[in-house]
Amino acid sequence: MKTTSTPELAEIAEKAKTWACYDCGKCTATCPIARVGGALSPRRQVLAANLGHREDIVNNNALFACLTCGLCSVRCPVGVVYGKLVQSLRQIAYHEGIEPECPHGGALQSMMRMMAKGKTKQDRLNWLTEDLKVQQKKGEVFYWTGCTMYYDAFFPDFNIATLDATRAAIRLLNRLGVTPVVSPDERCCGHDLLWNGDRENFELLARHNVKLVESSSAETLVVSCAECLRTWKIDYQPFFEGSPPKIMHITEFVAEHLDDLKFKANEEHTVTYQDPCRLGRHLGIYDPPRVLLEALPDINLVEMPRSGRNAICCAGGTWSNCDRYAKHIQVDRLREAKSTGAEYLVTACPKCQIHFACAMKDPNLHEEIEIPMRDIATVVAEALSG
Amino acid sequence: MNPTKTKRSKKAKSTKWNPNIVVFACNWCSYAGADTAGVSRIQHQPHFKMIRVMCSGRIQPGFVFKAFEKGADGVLVSGCHIGDCHYIFGNERALEQFDKTKNMVRLLGLEDGRLRLEWISAAEGARFAQVINEFTDQVRKLGPSPLNTDNRKR
Repeated sequence: MKTTSTPELAEIAEKAKTWACYDCGKCTATCPIARVGGALSPRRQVLAANLGHREDIVNNNALFACLTCGLCSVRCPVGVVYGKLVQSLRQIAYHEGIEPECPHGGALQSMMRMMAKGKTKQDRLNWLTEDLKVQQKKGEVFYWTGCTMYYDAFFPDFNIATLDATRAAIRLLNRLGVTPVVSPDERCCGHDLLWNGDRENFELLARHNVKLVESSSAETLVVSCAECLRTWKIDYQPFFEGSPPKIMHITEFVAEHLDDLKFKANEEHTVTYQDPCRLGRHLGIYDPPRVLLEALPDINLVEMPRSGRNAICCAGGTWSNCDRYAKHIQVDRLREAKSTGAEYLVTACPKCQIHFACAMKDPNLHEEIEIPMRDIATVVAEALSG
Repeated sequence: MNPTKTKRSKKAKSTKWNPNIVVFACNWCSYAGADTAGVSRIQHQPHFKMIRVMCSGRIQPGFVFKAFEKGADGVLVSGCHIGDCHYIFGNERALEQFDKTKNMVRLLGLEDGRLRLEWISAAEGARFAQVINEFTDQVRKLGPSPLNTDNRKR
């Protein structure tokens, strides 16, 4: 066992407050990966960080097994910011040439890096339909589309249309009298690269995107994707030159203007809600989606036993955690969703849909775990009257 | 002025630009087709790097994107003719993957002409040479890839 303590590790440990750890082990006990048998022990990693056992944590598969779902941080009695520790350690690993194994052959990471180079003119707005009112350069509200058009092109066999949610979000904004700015020059937010350890390309994307939104002179930035929202609200903060716009999730924005919307009552539906880890535990947005669902006359929301702060993540994270443990977690979660008796599962992140749809493809489990999925923006937009 | 320098720049001007192309070829047909072209001494342009895979079905979007990410000016995906796959249906999978790849490349804003799919059998040495010549000329006309910036070595 090597015991070379580098100053950078000590610095990371300090920022993640690992010194506060008193070795209670709640993090490992609660970790969804450890629970299904994965070789990940947050407690041991925190301990190794404190002891300066750099090699033990940096060059170790466990570093990339973490879903960064934040469940351990919720339980930690002393407030160790485990997510921050993992994010920083992965940057060290990346510098040493250690990258997570992507189940898609690195396709999505490559796309992100090509966008980071930014030498091409993307065709990312071809999904806009005529009934959607948008503007291209300046406006009060900027709507961040995220990469749903890429996901739909990459997962054509999943029978999910993550773009529907993007269109629905614009429809909702239009109904509230907002003509949002939607830019063809948007690039991937870099969330996955950052969590894979590639800070260099993340920063290229961050600088471009922040400049783009600043140049639109928007006062509010509305985001649909939970991961983009986390990146904008937390990781992009140091990149703003002036004061950043108000950054809101689509559910927050709509919930704030709920009185201006009228809904029709259709047939009644029972639904359950999956809290995306980025939206819930990372940003604390638990209520707005529920406020919206409860405001809809035809929707009856039933909660899963593990919801809100205790919700279980879709186990997909950053295109780097796909393995049998992730599958186990997804199947468990889908069983839980089905056990509520809900007709469909509502979520607020395109990745939740992608990863659950992938789990549902299991030919042995089809009916046991199959449940239709909808994005929350789609559900709300469809209930609009007129 | 340094006379050799002038000479060199003149020379550089007269040389035409050659693209950097990545060719993915399956072990059983297209790679053998390239071999046939070689043993038959059929001349073709040499501006490509060939990557042999066991089956064209292995060529997932990530492979092609990686090539473009690293600055390839064109990518050619090749395999056995439909119906002739050594693994029965690998090339049908290749076709599915290729469609996906093409849609993504289009979204990203790279020209369609930089990516091509061709079925080349082990006997078609002449066709291999023809496809390579055509594709090289096509990519040459498009010029260097906008992503060919060589900004990192990784």
